[in-house]
Amino acid sequence: MLEGAVLLAALAAGDPKAGETVYSRCLACHSLAYHRTGPRHCGLFGRRAGADPGFEEYSAALKRSKLVWNEKTLDRFLANPLKAVPGTTMTYAGVPDPKERADLIAYLKQEGKCPAS
Amino acid sequence: MSSFLAISSPAQARRLFLGRSALALSGAAVALLAGRDVLAAKSGKSTAADVRILNTALGAELEAIAAYQVGAESGLLEKPVLALAAQFQGHHKEHADVLASTIQKLGGKAVAAKSKYQFPVESLKNQADVLRFAAGLEKGAVSAYLGAVPLFANRDLSKAAASILGDEAMHWAVLRNALGENPVPSAFVA
Repeated sequence: MLEGAVLLAALAAGDPKAGETVYSRCLACHSLAYHRTGPRHCGLFGRRAGADPGFEEYSAALKRSKLVWNEKTLDRFLANPLKAVPGTTMTYAGVPDPKERADLIAYLKQEGKCPAS
Repeated sequence: MSSFLAISSPAQARRLFLGRSALALSGAAVALLAGRDVLAAKSGKSTAADVRILNTALGAELEAIAAYQVGAESGLLEKPVLALAAQFQGHHKEHADVLASTIQKLGGKAVAAKSKYQFPVESLKNQADVLRFAAGLEKGAVSAYLGAVPLFANRDLSKAAASILGDEAMHWAVLRNALGENPVPSAFVA
């Protein structure tokens, strides 16, 4: 109960500007607007994991995960991707700091709309 | 564009960079990686998960090679910067070669380069834009390797990945310096 309250408080305090700095760690593989080694991040919220059209390299594990991306699922995944979805190709140890994750999620939410095509 | 390394003469800057690159390409790292992947194959400790990590890294390296090609062909880079870009691209090619051969030695199938990559070419208007774009990729690469190092079951692979991390960090620092920014902005990378 307390853990959930702490998590909610951290998420509520997410700072998108600080989150942009955290996001710079993702730039070897991701961008907001277009697919790269990893999928793009625009339009993330509310999307089923492993289901962004145009990205062909999703792992079977992520596609099977049935996750739908929201603040809670992103927080769990980003904390330890390989623990949250064993077999994911996002072979990254994660963002262990809850505040950094909250900032990152706030940034993704702020910048989350895909450009009109 | 701010002067390259704050040196007025491009020739001087180029000499300095080439001198420094000799340090970076001392051969020790390449030898280390080449030796380690053989050790990894012999150790029997590597797993499918290790191959997955190596393949993700290989995918990013192949994309970095393509990104440097875009920069090199942009027509926006002065000669010494172009030489630097070619050199860094060469490092990424070496990383990719070693990663691919290690994956194969471990029984995996190395990912191939994509037929087409998408880069923000519309936002690259001058040399500083290209350098900033490359610096962002290199910083991301540092973080990606940092996030991969603790994941390997085989510690030899962790060491090899850390060696590549060091090279990417040097790229990032040199690019920041070329942009007139503090090349080493903090005591730790994240």
